[in-house]
Amino acid sequence: MNTVWALAGVVIKELYRRKDFYVLFVLTAVMTLLMGSITFFNDPRIASYLKDICLLLIWISALVIAITTTARQIPAERENRTIFPLLAKPVTRGQVVAGKFLGCWLASGIALGVFYLFFGVVSASREHDLAVIQYLQALWLHWVMLAIVVGLALLGSLVFAAPSSNATICFIVVLGILLLGRHLNQVALQQPEPLRTVVYSIYFLIPHLEWYDIRDLLLYDHPGLRWTDCLLATLYAGVYTAMLLLGAWLLFRRKPLHA
Amino acid sequence: MWQRLCLCQVKGFVLAGRWQYAAPQNNTESGSKNMEVILETRDLRVEYRAQNGQGKKVAVKGLNLKVHAGEVFGFLGPNGAGKTTTMNVLLGFVHATAGDAYLFGVSVREPIARQRIGYLPELTYYYKFLTAEELLRFYARLFGIPRAEADRRIDQLLRLVELEAARKRPIKTYSKGMQQRVGLAQALINDPDLLILDEPTSGLDPLGRMKVREIIQRLKNEGKTVFFSSHELGEVETVCDRVAIINQGELKVEDRVSALVEKHQANLEQIFLSLIGYQAEVTA
Ligand SMILES: Nc1ncnc2c1ncn2[C@@H]1O[C@H](COP(=O)(O)OP(=O)(O)OP(=O)(O)O)[C@@H](O)[C@H]1O
Ligand SMILES: [Mg+2]
Repeated sequence: MNTVWALAGVVIKELYRRKDFYVLFVLTAVMTLLMGSITFFNDPRIASYLKDICLLLIWISALVIAITTTARQIPAERENRTIFPLLAKPVTRGQVVAGKFLGCWLASGIALGVFYLFFGVVSASREHDLAVIQYLQALWLHWVMLAIVVGLALLGSLVFAAPSSNATICFIVVLGILLLGRHLNQVALQQPEPLRTVVYSIYFLIPHLEWYDIRDLLLYDHPGLRWTDCLLATLYAGVYTAMLLLGAWLLFRRKPLHA
Repeated sequence: MWQRLCLCQVKGFVLAGRWQYAAPQNNTESGSKNMEVILETRDLRVEYRAQNGQGKKVAVKGLNLKVHAGEVFGFLGPNGAGKTTTMNVLLGFVHATAGDAYLFGVSVREPIARQRIGYLPELTYYYKFLTAEELLRFYARLFGIPRAEADRRIDQLLRLVELEAARKRPIKTYSKGMQQRVGLAQALINDPDLLILDEPTSGLDPLGRMKVREIIQRLKNEGKTVFFSSHELGEVETVCDRVAIINQGELKVEDRVSALVEKHQANLEQIFLSLIGYQAEVTA
């Protein structure tokens, strides 16, 4: 386990020593602040509209960070050939997969924490109260969802050679699930038979990332989720992530590594 | 020093015993002061799928090598001979198409025995965003070396490879030779019993090369085994006990340096050139 943590530590160091992370963060921060400073509309509808946009930005930024960070991990190790001294140590390929996953997930967690903290401070300062429970639930579920995304990007980085094509495909898949995932069963109902089964199977196979999107809770003063639901959602994500990581390990295990 | 040497043998024995396999000892070989076989390849064959189309490229053809404990073994051959490929098999990066390879008597298919190996790859760009110190600390953690001990070794190694002044600078600011020296330091972090070095002196200035030779000599005095590839035949001649020369994946010769020089009445460079088919005035 120490090995996995050591590997994760390198991923996190890389994230905060690269500049793109700060660019994205500053961008989101500036937008959030700008919107927070708009005072001339004292209309609550506009306030919640602005919060909506902020949260959307946070979602996009977090996805960008999670996917791009993960997608380049193993390809960069191979390109810079650091994978060779690494695997010459008493490190198994399974530990490399686990370490990269943990590092990327924690790194996106850190980024997410910063984003939410910022959002929380700004919106609390505007509204003088914050639905803490809902806020924490949204943060937690968001992070749990990113575990699936990181697992997907890690698996993708072993399937597709170029990190950029992997990142693009991951984006399309994740956005597709987020936007269409919940409607697929209705779509299936409208299809003729062979297609209907196909669409239904897709509906049951895909990880339903859209379930983790509980931004509405923060926008419209809904009550928080039941804790059992949070737990179930966490378990569901855990199972999907484990399957993706298993797939990544199986692919990586037999891969010959030459220049 | 003797204590250390014995310890190293005991460790080797325990390891071999645990895996219910001991490499067959070749007692007919002459000259080696210690007959324990540390590194061995048996009829090793490696094929690469050719980049264009179906064909395949045979990089190593039926290679048989034996390296004994305490030896400095030079692994020579022209560019593309299959040296790096052989090392990649030894470290488990590439799987042998046929034949097998053993480290400390354990098949390289088993991930064990890495604990006792130090490896310096050719042309590696280490994590650019880490400093030399952080890089070595990371590798030390992978070996489970306790923090205090790791700090001690890191200081010692950075002094050895003369990177003390740059230890807190990110590796991306290093020159090529400095990167190579970081590589050497990381290969030594676990105080390994066997070193596998792929062109350890490439990119180093004459002083750096001399330092590497000194380091290899010192490791030998400590009873370590060193297996390294090189194109610097002069330096090979001075530090190696035995050499193997391969060409196009085939073993051309494997012998003690002194025996070779005596037999061919020529220096290593001339022997090398004649063995790889270059017509020079060598009395073979
Ligand atoms: N990934 C690969 N795919 C196809 N062929 C390869 C691959 N890697 C190496 N080869 C071929 O295998 C042969 C041996 O290469 P190898 O890298 O082992 O040579 P080398 O002895 O280390 O040479 P050098 O002294 O230049 O480092 C070469 O003909 C090379 O073209
Ligand atoms: Mg080579």
